[in-house]
Amino acid sequence: MTGAEAVLEALRRQGVEVIFGHPGGAIMPVYDALYKRRDLHHVLVRHEQAAGHAAAGYARASGRVGVAMATSGPGALNLVTALADAMMDATPVVAITGQVPTAVVGTDAFQEADVTGVTMPITKHNYLVTDVHDLPRVVAEAFYIAATGRPGPVLIDLPKDVQNAEFTGSFPEAVDLPGYKPVQKGHPRQVEKALAALRAAERPVLMVGGGAQGAAEPIRRLVERSGIPAIGTLQGLGVVAADDPRFLGMPGMHGTYAANQAIHQADLILGIGLRFDDRVTGDLSRFAPKLRTLIHVNIDPAEIGKVLKAHIPLVGDAAWVAERLAEGAEPLAIEDWWRQIRAWQQAHPLRIPERPELQSQEVIRAFGEATGGEAVVVTGVGQHQMFAAQFYPVKRPRSFLTSGGLGTMGFGLPAAIGAQVARPGETVLLFDGDGSFQMTLQELATVAKYRLPVKIVILNNGFLGMVRQWQDLFYDDRYSEVFLADSNPDFVKLAEAYGLPALRVEAKDELPGAVARVLESEGPVVADFRVVPEEGVFPMIPAGGSAEEMILEPPKEVEP
Amino acid sequence: MKRHLVSVLVEDHPRVLTRITSMFARRGFNIDSLAVGRTHLPGVSRISFVVYGDDRTIEQVEKQLNRLIEVLKVVDHDGPRLERELALVKVRVEGIEERLELKEIAEAFRARIVDVARSALTFEVSGHPAKIDRFIEELTHYGVLETMRTGALGMDRGERVLKLRARKEAI
Repeated sequence: MTGAEAVLEALRRQGVEVIFGHPGGAIMPVYDALYKRRDLHHVLVRHEQAAGHAAAGYARASGRVGVAMATSGPGALNLVTALADAMMDATPVVAITGQVPTAVVGTDAFQEADVTGVTMPITKHNYLVTDVHDLPRVVAEAFYIAATGRPGPVLIDLPKDVQNAEFTGSFPEAVDLPGYKPVQKGHPRQVEKALAALRAAERPVLMVGGGAQGAAEPIRRLVERSGIPAIGTLQGLGVVAADDPRFLGMPGMHGTYAANQAIHQADLILGIGLRFDDRVTGDLSRFAPKLRTLIHVNIDPAEIGKVLKAHIPLVGDAAWVAERLAEGAEPLAIEDWWRQIRAWQQAHPLRIPERPELQSQEVIRAFGEATGGEAVVVTGVGQHQMFAAQFYPVKRPRSFLTSGGLGTMGFGLPAAIGAQVARPGETVLLFDGDGSFQMTLQELATVAKYRLPVKIVILNNGFLGMVRQWQDLFYDDRYSEVFLADSNPDFVKLAEAYGLPALRVEAKDELPGAVARVLESEGPVVADFRVVPEEGVFPMIPAGGSAEEMILEPPKEVEP
Repeated sequence: MKRHLVSVLVEDHPRVLTRITSMFARRGFNIDSLAVGRTHLPGVSRISFVVYGDDRTIEQVEKQLNRLIEVLKVVDHDGPRLERELALVKVRVEGIEERLELKEIAEAFRARIVDVARSALTFEVSGHPAKIDRFIEELTHYGVLETMRTGALGMDRGERVLKLRARKEAI
């Protein structure tokens, strides 16, 4: 067996069924070995960045490790953005990259780059394999590291001569990493303390993040039993169903008024699987000023105390901790608190402006209604992303896939490809902006090649809308380099060039019919929704602000 | 901002030092000195470094180190500790009088003359880094030509030791 064959055998033994990748010189032995295997599918993308995002989309939608593959140098470097994205949003991905032969490593050989050096700060761990007999161990370790603890990307750099070398060893089952023992359980005494604090709280809120996506079942029971108001961060949407009456929506910069006020007035925050990112907290010194108890549950000890001091730190797996909390929780006597929250909700619900033109929020709401909040939603980055978070009623966990920490424009289409591969029988709905979509639109070829039935909804406002919105609010309307409409392609013709069915929607009255056509189409479809050019995402807390400075509605001059 | 001396046991793998120093740089931790060497345990190296920071910073330094897969153990020596550094200091010297003066200073600091040339003397001095600072300060009057310091090494006093078997709370 060659090293290349050993790698694939090791991947199969990890349960891998599909690899997202792009071949090239230094990874050709692995691709040659792949040619002979019937039990490993390969999804050929058109740019390596897409392989990384597709692997991440697959991982997020399935809860399993996603695998990306690329050649050395430019191929591997094209993975960089996707690896950083996976690192920030704690997504388990294993990337396998070709490398120039060990004999010429360090000589500036053709397509050589120091990929382990470059990816060191943006992976959970990485390997440069120099001995073919290390391969099974390295692959087993990589999967273990990627999937356990706080998940993240692991890269394996594989010199070509190692791929070609003769392998005679065995494949270990167990992994022995003396410096890596991820915690699984929380500390029972901290759980008791958390439950006692919860009982004593007058104005408690639950905040869940991406780390809680695998703990939805016990968290829902905890909410059910205790009646605690629940808030989901961008990555935590779907953990508590959007239609649960105790769910207040998203916190932070574009969060709901009720969620932000509830945090602002809370005396206790129970935070599970989140890291209190600056888009959530705003100005830290004015975040949750009445807070007496922060119970911070995270599997990564470094997250606890990094941003906010936790009164009850609870290092542990979200599902384990939530299970204990759900078992121990009692119904909370917080009627006054709920009355206050209901008043906030009624005073300032999420609003869609009254306008004659088609608006992104209406499109998203219509798809939400038509799918009952049950689709797997993927987004790009920008205004449409925030609108999707606000207006798509996510009902299920692992069903809202969006680039949060890194905010990577172009994440959407490749991640949707990965999600559709992971959940072939389900409706995968991509909401993308015209700007974001164009950063990875070459992947329409991948959609076409495999006839992946992704529903691609482009919310086309002809602008880099989020940047334009900030220019409106903070740069005196100086629209510096954000206008796209004069040079956007005709997205319908573009889709048709790839052999994909497409439609354009320009008016409100076409919306119901268009939504039905998109959702009823059997295969892939691209829908170009021409929405009003100058829209704004509100409410909004300016960067570095606090809930007190929430801008609820667009300033008057933005109104048409 | 307190001065901390932290020891780290790591697996002796290629690039492990790069992983650590790049993490320090990326997270903005300011490292004052750094020393690395093998230990009596096969495959295990020990790094000691001095870092200034408040409690929160030091807590993050420890936690971020622990996130690295090849880090086996992290200890902030916050109790009674031994702290030693070795330095070589080359000083300009002119005339017999200066030579005698320098010899006296060296004796006061228990420094040894390890090399002699016509117009230069080289001292070897060890001890707490603060002592080495003072020694070099004393010599500046004569003209310090070159210095090389190892960075501080640290160890707890008494019976406390860095044990490997302790289960690391990794992420």
